[in-house]
Amino acid sequence: MTTPILTQFMNALLTGRLRLVDLTQTLTPEFPTIVLPPEFGQAWPFRIEEISRYDERGPAWYWNNFSMSEHTGTHFDAPIHWISGKDQPDNAVDSIPAENFIAAACVIDVSAESAENPDFLLTIDFVEAWEARHGRIPERAWVLLRTDWSKRTTPREYLNMAEDGAHSPGPDAEVVPWLIRARNVHGFGTESVGTDAGQAHHLNPPYPCHYYMHGNNRYGLQCLTNLDQLPPQGALIFAAPLKIRNGSGSPLRVLALAPAA
Amino acid sequence: MTEPLVKPKKKNPVERTRLATRPPAARSRSALGLTRAAAEGRFEMQVCAECGAVQYPPREVCGRCLSERLAWKPVDDRGELLATTTLRHSNDPYFRERLPWRVGSVKMAAGPVVVAHVHEDCTANGAVRLALKLDRSGQAVIHALPAKNTPNMNEAPQMRESTCDPKFRRVLVSDGKSAMGLAVAEAMLDAGAATVFVGDPTIWKRVAAFDRLAADPRVQVVELDVTDTDSVKRLAASIGGKVEILVNTAAYLRDGGILGRKDVILARDAMDVNVLGPMRLAQAFGPGMCFRAADGTHGAVAWVNVLSIHALVALPGRGAWSASMAAALSAAQTLRAELRGAGVQVVNVFPGPIDEEWEQLTPPPKLAPATVAKAIVQGLQDGREDIYVGDIAEEIRERLRHNHKAVERELGQ
Repeated sequence: MTTPILTQFMNALLTGRLRLVDLTQTLTPEFPTIVLPPEFGQAWPFRIEEISRYDERGPAWYWNNFSMSEHTGTHFDAPIHWISGKDQPDNAVDSIPAENFIAAACVIDVSAESAENPDFLLTIDFVEAWEARHGRIPERAWVLLRTDWSKRTTPREYLNMAEDGAHSPGPDAEVVPWLIRARNVHGFGTESVGTDAGQAHHLNPPYPCHYYMHGNNRYGLQCLTNLDQLPPQGALIFAAPLKIRNGSGSPLRVLALAPAA
Repeated sequence: MTEPLVKPKKKNPVERTRLATRPPAARSRSALGLTRAAAEGRFEMQVCAECGAVQYPPREVCGRCLSERLAWKPVDDRGELLATTTLRHSNDPYFRERLPWRVGSVKMAAGPVVVAHVHEDCTANGAVRLALKLDRSGQAVIHALPAKNTPNMNEAPQMRESTCDPKFRRVLVSDGKSAMGLAVAEAMLDAGAATVFVGDPTIWKRVAAFDRLAADPRVQVVELDVTDTDSVKRLAASIGGKVEILVNTAAYLRDGGILGRKDVILARDAMDVNVLGPMRLAQAFGPGMCFRAADGTHGAVAWVNVLSIHALVALPGRGAWSASMAAALSAAQTLRAELRGAGVQVVNVFPGPIDEEWEQLTPPPKLAPATVAKAIVQGLQDGREDIYVGDIAEEIRERLRHNHKAVERELGQ
């Protein structure tokens, strides 16, 4: 009798042939949320208030209330988040088929390029060169952009605001539709505060990653960390957003399974 | 001549901190008319509408003609010192700790003879000016001051019991990055504050004026976001024992009424900053300030809320914000009651429109933030509790007394 497949899987985890990597930032009040022009509505940052801590407010228990937007901390973008995705089927966090919460991941390392140029844009040529080294991006795989942006630990470095706005890497306007059309990717993930580059409002269309990914019913992940612990190919991502009715996204715990290094 | 203040020496950390005591606080309801005048820096007494007699002490009927028609009015503050004495003993715990204390009787030009705290620079039998000021119980007392200002007269120990001078004190400005916060920090430095802690709620954002301010060696930048309980608590745990004057400049102002919006997010954000913000600050900084209210010559003295005249009456074009201002005023009144036990004065500032980015479309006259900041410093030096700044604020305050419905209707047009 063969060992059941999930028993094999657990054995691989227990023996260290598989690693579990947490790609999630800790939710703290200090963690920056995306900054929009102040006349627009703003996403609430993470805020937490203690309900009780083994005290007169609750003698044997500790718990908190917290508040935040759907797009605070490490979070998932559903297609309904963007106007281009508003009429897609099953486009909100509560209606996305659960099987879409597990997918393979390709990690494209642009950390050196991003260190040199915070406005680095991922291009088709760059992805093709990456594929030449690491293999073709499989169908329905997350494409995760490793920029090491998560290692920028202060809000000032992380948001990297200048007088002309934020400066952080992202995809250009050509590579996103190409990833969808030619590679049929599952979604796009980044370490910075959005899936698009800090200056993506100047691209055509503005915010191309949001525009095309969600317009084609694909997903986004942002504020990821520990991408440097994943192989270019071969990792599996568990990313299941909270089941908010008609929710546009949600903070979540993103876990990756990767073969032992 | 009053000796100028000297910078307080560093405290001996193994000496017990003296706790706050308060001067006698009981007053008749009539006498609270003096407290109202003192709170706003005016000199008023009851004047009989029938016979014109000026009344002191405050009473229900005229001491001369028994008329009940007594109205609080500004009266001549000049007088002549009849007799003075310097107390070297008192059975009252508050005065025991502050002896010697000079008191005297003054014959007012307006008629009554009053007993007053007498300034050390007043010469015996000389001419004096009277001033109503709040004591550490928050009640009105009369100070007899020299007829003409003398050098450092506000620095006399008796005066300092009725004032909250920033000189040599350490001040926390909760949001030092806003136009108002920058102006308050600068005004505090100009007034001789020893240290100004300036809160930075947006450390990711560069503001050139803030960076220039931070270059002053008396300025310490601290991370502080009043919507983040943890940030408030962390800061209080680190500098809470040093803050002697706290000025809450954190503010959230946005246009918009109630029906014109689809959500209450703006209203909630306004409440979070403008109402819950000072409550968080109070819970974190209040106890420490109360504990240090009588600590040496420069104890914690004042809590300043920068509100708006629209805390008193709504500006429907900014309905959600107005509601937050009214709530902030209400919270400030509670805080005043809670801090009074230690003698920490809660000062509410009611400016008219301020010349800052969110008031861009407000027609002039608008107040420069520096004007408001100077009024705050002046109010602290004078020991006032309610500070109305600018013609618009003064006018609205005055008109609310006469016909609050008229003001409500006009602002709603």
